[in-house]
Amino acid sequence: MNIKELYQEIILEHGKNPRNLRKTDNFNKDAKGNNPLCGDNVHVYLKLNEKNKVDDISFEGSGCAISMASASIMTDLIKGKEEVEVKEIVNDFLDMIKENPELNSKNLNEDDKTKLMCLSGVKKYPMRVKCATLSWHTLISAIDNSQEEINTERTK
Amino acid sequence: MSISDIKKEFPIFSNKIHNNDLVYLDSANSSQKPQSVIDRVNEFYTNEFSNTGRSVHYLAVAATNLYENTRSSVQKYINAKDKNEIVFTKGATEAINLVANTFGQKFLEEGDEILITELEHHSNYIPWHFLRKSKGIKIEFADVNIDGEITLEDIEKKITPKTKLIAITHLSNVTGAILPVKEITELAHSKGITVLVDGCQGAPHLKLDMQDLDCDFYAISCHKMYGPTGLGILYAKKKWLETLPPYQGGGGMIKEVKKDSVSYGDLPNKYEAGTMATAQVIAFDQSIKFLEKIGIENIVKHEKELIEYGQEILRKNNSVKLIGNPKNRGAVLSFTIEGVHPHDIATILDEDGVAIRAGHHCCQILHDKLGISASARASLGVYNTKSDLDQLNSSINNCKKIFNLK
Repeated sequence: MNIKELYQEIILEHGKNPRNLRKTDNFNKDAKGNNPLCGDNVHVYLKLNEKNKVDDISFEGSGCAISMASASIMTDLIKGKEEVEVKEIVNDFLDMIKENPELNSKNLNEDDKTKLMCLSGVKKYPMRVKCATLSWHTLISAIDNSQEEINTERTK
Repeated sequence: MSISDIKKEFPIFSNKIHNNDLVYLDSANSSQKPQSVIDRVNEFYTNEFSNTGRSVHYLAVAATNLYENTRSSVQKYINAKDKNEIVFTKGATEAINLVANTFGQKFLEEGDEILITELEHHSNYIPWHFLRKSKGIKIEFADVNIDGEITLEDIEKKITPKTKLIAITHLSNVTGAILPVKEITELAHSKGITVLVDGCQGAPHLKLDMQDLDCDFYAISCHKMYGPTGLGILYAKKKWLETLPPYQGGGGMIKEVKKDSVSYGDLPNKYEAGTMATAQVIAFDQSIKFLEKIGIENIVKHEKELIEYGQEILRKNNSVKLIGNPKNRGAVLSFTIEGVHPHDIATILDEDGVAIRAGHHCCQILHDKLGISASARASLGVYNTKSDLDQLNSSINNCKKIFNLK
């Protein structure tokens, strides 16, 4: 595999100019995640409305191009989704990174799927999978109101 | 042996990594192994295996002799006064934990201070942190200066009447700074303070003379010295090993065991409970022989040339920023590239067969101080050449190209 398949333009662009890299005002859910092996960390903030729909999502943190791009693309496409849809999308993404050749979620449009598939290059780099999944595990932890800080050494 | 022939002694360099020659720049993490060390492990298990010290049969006696032979070689290599000042451990981490447990248990009390530095690897901090939790001792940190060094004055400033132990690295695994450990030991001893040196990075690259250095404890990691994994060495002055309590209890470390009393064995058995890493100890003798064959003076000279060359080319490379500028630098070049995270650097370099490390290198305190979460690190071994550093530089340029940097 060519290294450029991992570092596609869209990843480099999101890595350099991450969307939603800020802290949501009046957030009502949040969670922290970190990768102790490399020191990457992320803090995801959510504002859900009374219908459990994501009014706003943002993140703070630092990390490599893969982890920043992954969090950036994730927050971009989660906005406006309902909680059940968010969970379904996260599971679909994690399954794709783990083993599935493609994304199957009905809650993602083709453009979203194309962007997310740009992250599939990490499959060939087992040590870098955690970089791509950290923000996604952290998002689930925020939604579930779990007080546990996500640690990539404990996630599968 | 000439320096140019050294690489041939290491079979790993005949392998291709992603269809490229291996440029191994991660020796501060762990060094590669020469054929003689690999063969010795195989030979021992194939033709000579037995446990040591317990049985009287032929193989047991021979294995015990081989095991003790390595102890003598180590004693000679580091110029310790007595063979029994060499204790084998499972690693340098265990060596430091041994001192924290035994010295900490017997001589440290609530309010006592241990002085370490901001350069320390986690293995020379966490064992003391345990004592902070269990006994209420305090940990003080000597500040690293702008060049990534710790000077004698930096240490002196932090010594108080409560300081009982100074635990410092010989050579920083991030900035490459070589600390004035002899001078620090002299100062500490003049104030009645005990000194432990973390020699993980010092031992593979510097001339070792325990009697000249005069420190109380010196921890060595054998797998960083072209030796097997699972093996470390604690050098400790005999007076300490005789005075301190045992570390782990078990077979081999006792003299007499009764239902109501236990007495402990003589040195060095007192600190080597259970079956030890026998094959590794026996093979480590070959690592010492390998180092002696090249000669530490030649190793120092070769690595100094490489470090100077590496600093020169990386300083010329735009957007590369070297971490630290110590006057006395050994075998380590840590750096960052503006706009590229160290993990991305490491992945891209790996594609060219260039193995470096990215992360905080078990030195989070130092990285916090530097205001960065991670760095990239190229570290050298005796097998590296200037062309390895040229390849490093050219792969860095490739990395900049992928990230659209000038």
